[in-house]
Formats: sequence, structure tokens, C-alpha cells
Amino acid sequence: MDWHQLWEIASAPDNVPIVAMLFLVPFFAWMGFRQARANDKLIDQLEADPQLAKTHHRKTWPWKPHWARELHVWPYLLRIEFLAVLIVTIILYVWSITLNAPLEEPANPNLTMNPSKAPWYFLGLQEMLVYFDPWIAGVVMPTLILVGLMVFPYVDSNPLGVGYYTWKQRKVAIGAFLIGFIMWISLIIIGTFIRGPGWVWFWPGQTWDHNVVLYEINRDLPDIFGITTQPWKGIFGGVVVLLFYVLSGLLIHWIILRSEFEKKIFQRTSLLQYMVFQFFAITVLISMPAKLLARQLFRIKYVWVTTWFNI
Amino acid sequence: MEPDKPDKPAIQPPEEKPVAGVSLIERVRGDVKEDIDLLKDKVSKENIKEEIENLKDPTRTQLYKSMFRVKHEPTPRSRSLGVLTNVFLHLHPAKINRDAVRFSYTWGMGGITFYLFIVLTFTGILLMFYYHPSKGQAYQDILYLENDVPFGKLLRNMHRWGAHLMVITTWLHMFRVVMTGSYKTPREFNWAVGVVLLVLTLLLSFTGYLLPDDQLGFWAVTVGTNMARATPMLGAEGPFGPQAGMTQYNDVRFGLLGGSIVDANALLRSYIWHCIAIPVIVSVLLAVHFWRVRKDGGISGPAPVMLESEMRSPGARAVKQSVK
Ligand code: HEM
Repeated sequence: MDWHQLWEIASAPDNVPIVAMLFLVPFFAWMGFRQARANDKLIDQLEADPQLAKTHHRKTWPWKPHWARELHVWPYLLRIEFLAVLIVTIILYVWSITLNAPLEEPANPNLTMNPSKAPWYFLGLQEMLVYFDPWIAGVVMPTLILVGLMVFPYVDSNPLGVGYYTWKQRKVAIGAFLIGFIMWISLIIIGTFIRGPGWVWFWPGQTWDHNVVLYEINRDLPDIFGITTQPWKGIFGGVVVLLFYVLSGLLIHWIILRSEFEKKIFQRTSLLQYMVFQFFAITVLISMPAKLLARQLFRIKYVWVTTWFNI
Repeated sequence: MEPDKPDKPAIQPPEEKPVAGVSLIERVRGDVKEDIDLLKDKVSKENIKEEIENLKDPTRTQLYKSMFRVKHEPTPRSRSLGVLTNVFLHLHPAKINRDAVRFSYTWGMGGITFYLFIVLTFTGILLMFYYHPSKGQAYQDILYLENDVPFGKLLRNMHRWGAHLMVITTWLHMFRVVMTGSYKTPREFNWAVGVVLLVLTLLLSFTGYLLPDDQLGFWAVTVGTNMARATPMLGAEGPFGPQAGMTQYNDVRFGLLGGSIVDANALLRSYIWHCIAIPVIVSVLLAVHFWRVRKDGGISGPAPVMLESEMRSPGARAVKQSVK
């Protein structure tokens, strides 16, 4: 165990934010889910007792009938904003006094940095380069992630859970988002902590060996099945990808329609909404880990090999 | 609001002055005496005391009133007007949901992100005073900032860490919006605006990375823009790129860098995107974002929980939406 190597990575000033994320994301997730659990309990209680549902103020916070429902922004909100500004300012000052922004040697095109890493928030994309060709990892995937995020509200036809934390009423939407969010952060963590010189996989604590030479033999899926000539490779790959989409789609369908409630929501969903949801769920949320596992476990490079592009 | 108007002076008939028998000297003396008496009144103890007394409450001064337009009083009316008549505060409504001020609901993340944007604009402008976006000079300017400019190092650090922090808070803000279902009708569009803001926040960070012109930035940008080479149709090495007539010298990467390598033009382009173009676009979109938060009915909660048994039939929702 090379603690020094690990410390060197974790304490590199530009990696501090991702280390901070390791704490911040679980903290806020905890904060959200704690409230979700409290609200879910209240929801159960009200579902079971229609009389109470009529009179209850329906929040987990205290409420008395003579209390005003609204507060003046001045001073009740503004003082909190002021406090927040003060705290953020202090944090930023302390951070900036204790830690210096990195400055390397002047840019030199003749001296390649190894490893040469993107800033941490783009390391997810850089890590994807291992599993996909650059046009997918660098262009198509980012575009799909963004478009997927933008259509998210338009395909979520569940009318419940607006303006309060809940898990029970919104398992599918929150689950889908969390899978994507966690995947993105995991890729960043792999890129930050695990990838060393030559973008080689070093476990945390393993010493970076700058002279390491890997004899990885990656094969294409068609080759494994003994298909080595075009156009058969292309046709075979196309069929595999098609099958992948159909099977993943069925799997997703099966998983999300487990409960009566989800079936009701499904009835409210138009075919178009559902197809768009499925497309993004499969293409962004499933194909990424699928390709990662195919590479890491089975050393498969491409699934679909054609004369024009490889996937 | 009623400003304190002076009482209207009653119209008095002009005094009849005896004209004859008064010498010029006496008249002048009389005038001077009158003027001195007026001055004496002004500097009299009572008057000074009163003026000091008035200054003790700054909110009653003309200066204050000219700036803030409303009295500062703990009445509902003044509190509302204090927010509504102030150009900075009127982003807020006068009143909000009593539970919306709880940190646990929004985590303050949108507001903190906005504050960081302001901090970055401020420190960024200060950095611009010391920075030339030209090869050779740029790196020297950073060294100068680090070693000679008073508080230059602190300034650079704050800009750097503020940027990282803003990326984090933007993600957490998005996470909160998802967890509270705040992207749902009628806020779908504002969510989309938010996604664009997220991209721009990342691009702001990324374009700034090259500016010190050191190895770190150079190679990060090289790796980043190399991906652009592979854009389908638009990149020299992307699928169908060559068929579409793309070469190193006319593809999308060339457009981004202003050349086929990361060099002086790339530095200048980064600089202009980073310091002018993207901040301007972000500012406009932030205006839209905040406007929509208000127009969509303020922030979404904390709202009373809804029950599954109260869910209207799918038909009802479709009808309601088409009628709207
Ligand atoms: C530059 C980055 C951004 C800034 C400065 C910003 C600022 C804000 C602020 C101040 C609010 C008021 C409520 C709150 O503080 O939570 C808000 C609400 C909102 N933001 Fe953002 N935002 C940004 C990015 C985003 C992103 C990335 C998304 C989503 C993808 C988003 C979606 C929304 C939505 C849907 C609301 C309404 C929330 C509600 O009604 O509860 N924003 N934003």
C-alpha cells in the first residue's frame, strides 16, 4: 500500500473539489432522503386516515392555525441569504489562503504531460474515451446526456411529488437521475484516483509506474464468434446492438412496472414520452456500464464493427 | 408614502417700508443685522441640537430617502415596499411560503451558485487588469500576480477555487431540484434553461483553464479539443467527416482553436469566450432563470404532500392542459 501515492493524488490542489464532493454528495443525499422518509411516513398516515387527510396541514413541520402562511422576505429571507453569503465568503477565503492554485511549467507542446488529465469535472468524459471511440465519448454522449437532461421533465408524467421530498411517490424519476449522477461521479473518481500514467488502471494505493507496459489484448465481439469478414461483422454487430436495446428496454419496463402505482403512472404516459424515456435510459444509463463491464471483464473492444464507424 | 412637505407659507402682503427719512447707511445696516440674526438662529444651540437629533436616525435623512424611497419601519407595508422598490431585492417577492426559508428545502444552492458567479465576476475583472492574452506574456503575468501584485496570489486562488466551488454547487442545486420534483409543470422550461446554465458553467471553467498558458492547461485543452476532431460530419477524423470535406484546417476543432494547434489564437479565443462571451450569455440566461422562478409561482415548495388517492385520472390532466 503506497499511502504516499494516494496522498499525492488526493491532495493535489485541483483534486480537492472531487474529494470534497465525496463528502458533500452523500451529505446532501442524506439530507434529502431523511426528509423524503419523513414525508413518506406522513403520506402513509394520511392515505390510511381520510378524515385526518382533510384537516392535516400536510407538512412534517409544526403548524398552528393562527400562524401566517407567508413570511416577509425582509427580514426573514434576506437575513438568511446574508448569512449564507458570509459563510461562503469565509469558506472561500480560508480555502484560498491555505491552498494555492496550481501553476505548472510554461506550456510546451514538445513535452507531453503524463498522465495528461482534463479538469476533474470533465474526467468522466475522458474516462469514457477508454470504452468508446472519441466521436461517441466526446461528442455524441455529452450531447445525449444534455438532451436527456432537458427532456427529463417532459417525459416524467408523474404528477405527484412537486415541491416536497419523497421517495415512494417518485422512485423511477429519482432512481433514474441518481443512477446517472452516481455513474458520472464514479467515472470522475476512476479518472481522478485510479488512472495513472498512460491512462493505465492503478488501484488506489498502488504506485504509479511510469514505465508500465500493458499487453492488453482487446478483441472485437464478432471475432470472438469467429466472424472476421465484412459485411458480416457489421450485420452481426447491428443485430447484437438491436438485441441489446430490445432486452434492456424489456428489463427496464419490467423493473419500473412492479407496483400498481407505477402502472397507473404508466397509463398517463404517452407512447412518445415512454419511447423517449426508454431511448435515453438505455443509451445513457445502461450502455455505459454495459460497455465498461464488457471491456473490464471480457476485454471486448468493439461490439459493432463497420467500415464507417465502430461501437 | 407621504414626504414631509413644508407648510405652505401664507401669502402676506408686502410690508410697507417708510421710504423717506431713512439714510442709505441705516438701510444697509438694517439689512446686515437681519442677515446676521438669521445666521445666529441657524447656529443657535437649539437648532444644532435639533439637526443632530434628526441625523441620529439616518433613515429620516433626505439622502436616505432619495436612495431607498421608502421609510424603514417594521410595518408590513414598509417591509414589502422595501423589497419591491429596490432593483436588487425585487428579484424576490414581498412574501414567501413560511417554510421556504428552511435551509433543508433548497439548501440555498441556487442562491449560493449565483453569489459565486458574482464573486467570480468581481475577482475576474481584477485579474483582467494584470493579464495579457498573448503567448509568452500570459505566463509571465501569472508569475507576476503570484509574486508581486499585492494580494495577487489570494486573488488568483479565490478565482480558481470559486470556479470549482461553483461547479459543485450547480450540481448540488440540480440534485435538489430533482429531489423536490421542482422541474415538473410549470417549471419544465426553467429546468431546460438550467441545463444550459450548467453547460455554460462547465465551459466557463474549461476556457479559463488554458489562460495561465502552463502545461496543465495546455494539455487539458489539447485533450479536450482533440475530441472535437472526432465530431461526426464536422471533424476531420469523425465518422463521415472526410466524406463531408473536413480536414485539419477547416473542421470544428480548427474553429474552436483558431488554428490547427493550441497556440496564440487558441489563447485569444479562450480569453474572449471566458471573459466576455460566456459571461454575457450566462447573465442573460440568469435573468431568464430568475424571472421564470418568479413567473412560475415562486419556488416550488415546501408544498403540502399530495396523495396517490387524489391523483386525477389521466384524462382530467390532459383536458386541463389543453384548456390552459
Ligand atoms: C449558473 C447556475 C444556476 C444558478 C445561479 C441558479 C439559480 C437559481 C436560484 C437562485 C433559484 C431559486 C431557488 C433556489 O435557490 O434553489 C433557482 C431555481 C431553479 N433552478 Fe436554478 N440555477 C442555476 C442552474 C440550474 C440548473 C443546472 C438547473 C437544472 C438543470 C436549474 C433548475 C432550476 C429550477 C427548475 C428552479 C426552480 C426550483 C423551484 O421552484 O423549487 N438551475 N435557480
